[in-house]
Amino acid sequence: MTTATLSPPTLSKAASFEAQAVKAGARRNRLLSLPALIIIGIFGVLPLLIICVYSFLVAAPYGGVQWQFSTDAYLNFLFQRDIFDDTLQFTPDFLIIYLRSFLFAVVTTVICLLLGFPTAYFMATRPPAQRNWWVLLITIPFWSNLLVRTLAIMFIIRDEGLINNALLALGVIDKPITMLYTNFAIQLGLLYAFLPFMVLPLYSSLEKLDFRLIEAAYDLYATRRQVLWRVIIPLSKPGIIAGCLLVFIPALGAYVTPLILGGGVHLMIGDLIAQQFGSGRNWPLGCAQALILMAAVLVALFFYVRNTSGKVQHG
Amino acid sequence: MAEPRTIDIKDQPGFRSIAIICLLVLYVPVLILMVFSLNSGSLVTHWEGVTLGWYGSALLNAEFHSAARNTLIISVSATIVSTVSATLAAIGMTRVKPWRGLAAAFMVINLPLMVPEIITAVATLSFFALIAGTFGLNFGIGNLVLAHTVFCIPFAYMPIRARLEDMDLTLEYAAADLYATPWNAFKRITLPLLVPGIMSGAALAFIVSFDDFTITQLVAGPGQTTLPLYIWNQIRRPMTPEINAISTILLLVSILFVSVSFLIARRRAK
Repeated sequence: MTTATLSPPTLSKAASFEAQAVKAGARRNRLLSLPALIIIGIFGVLPLLIICVYSFLVAAPYGGVQWQFSTDAYLNFLFQRDIFDDTLQFTPDFLIIYLRSFLFAVVTTVICLLLGFPTAYFMATRPPAQRNWWVLLITIPFWSNLLVRTLAIMFIIRDEGLINNALLALGVIDKPITMLYTNFAIQLGLLYAFLPFMVLPLYSSLEKLDFRLIEAAYDLYATRRQVLWRVIIPLSKPGIIAGCLLVFIPALGAYVTPLILGGGVHLMIGDLIAQQFGSGRNWPLGCAQALILMAAVLVALFFYVRNTSGKVQHG
Repeated sequence: MAEPRTIDIKDQPGFRSIAIICLLVLYVPVLILMVFSLNSGSLVTHWEGVTLGWYGSALLNAEFHSAARNTLIISVSATIVSTVSATLAAIGMTRVKPWRGLAAAFMVINLPLMVPEIITAVATLSFFALIAGTFGLNFGIGNLVLAHTVFCIPFAYMPIRARLEDMDLTLEYAAADLYATPWNAFKRITLPLLVPGIMSGAALAFIVSFDDFTITQLVAGPGQTTLPLYIWNQIRRPMTPEINAISTILLLVSILFVSVSFLIARRRAK
């Protein structure tokens, strides 16, 4: 392939002229975005609008909906209609599941940050060749099958699992500790699932850190602790926010983890929604629950946009 | 050589140990799962000896065959459709004058990444139920291909767009300068330079489709079992190391595709 060997000034003048010519000729290029936009529009956006409509309809007895306007789905979220006198009674069952999920997601985000930040920083301070290996090692679990990874946790914490077998053999305990199908199991599973989601955005932010600033801080007699809290952490704030969001949102809507490790006893929002479309046979309620989850996610995204807008975007 | 009070300014105490702990936490459970796929005993938890028998019985299982076939049909179709449309979209959104609605288009492309999977799953289920009920339309396994294509597009789009933005535009200008038609300039200059981005995007699209459980589980009709659904069905029966063998196969496929995508991206960086 031949490369341009023009001198810089000529090149830039020619380039700006050519840029106009190329881009003017390529105005029709915008039409190339259409196939992707149409596919996502019909099979991604339209379904979301459909569940908005469904949430205001009445459940059909065997799943699906009847075309009859009703706000029952939203009322049922907080209240239950008394069968005898038809009054509404406050039932916090669903609310409790939402709050529990929120708590799970917050704890997951905090612990992932506490483990992920030092890891990402350590990775970012390795020599380049070593850095690539670390990134690959974190990237592999990021893309690996979540179902299989959750299964791996299940094998370890079962009553006949590796941990209990080891403790029994060592004589530390004389009957297995129940860990599977507990809140502990779900929390562990969420941490395991989403740790790489925290490390990677943190790493890409820390990788760009200007270490001369750290040098300057030490020159000005900062201690290690001060350098960490007053230089490194403030500079990596965009990465911290992005990482927290990438963990918090999927953790809040987690489905696979509580399904396998909670055993249907300890529900999270994701299982609750799926239940309405399965054994619950109440699609409008499921749609309303999904939209309430979506609202929570939008609040988180809004927070993210407000915290990152007005800053120069790199990359 | 050793001077007193010399410190590595990049060091922070304890960070190395935490990084190593993270790596162990991420890998030990999965490695244990893989090791037990070689267990000759029929229990998942008691080690008896080494055998490859469970891979044999997994690979000879007819249910596994049909699940693998479904998975491949869905993933390959979704990968092709999403990669082609993502490539076109990336060109249409970088090699043009900024157009009205460009920001909105970018948001639409990325939408599937922002909506929690369970919401996409029930929304897609409702959608297909509606068109089946209203128009009598059912695309069979095509339903799953369409559902997968939607969330594969943003994954394919990201590396392709990144590659287009990193590319040296002067080469395309030079081609135009030498009287190449826009199509020729694209075919002879842009496309060859874009190939690594397209391959990396296709690899990611394939993985997310291949591994998907949540959306597939809710949208799949009878007889549309994919490999992750097959594993889920197996968990609910008494388990044998066969499930470890199948899980290991799935993990190895993921590792292969991630590494390929990663290596292509690395070569770009040099």
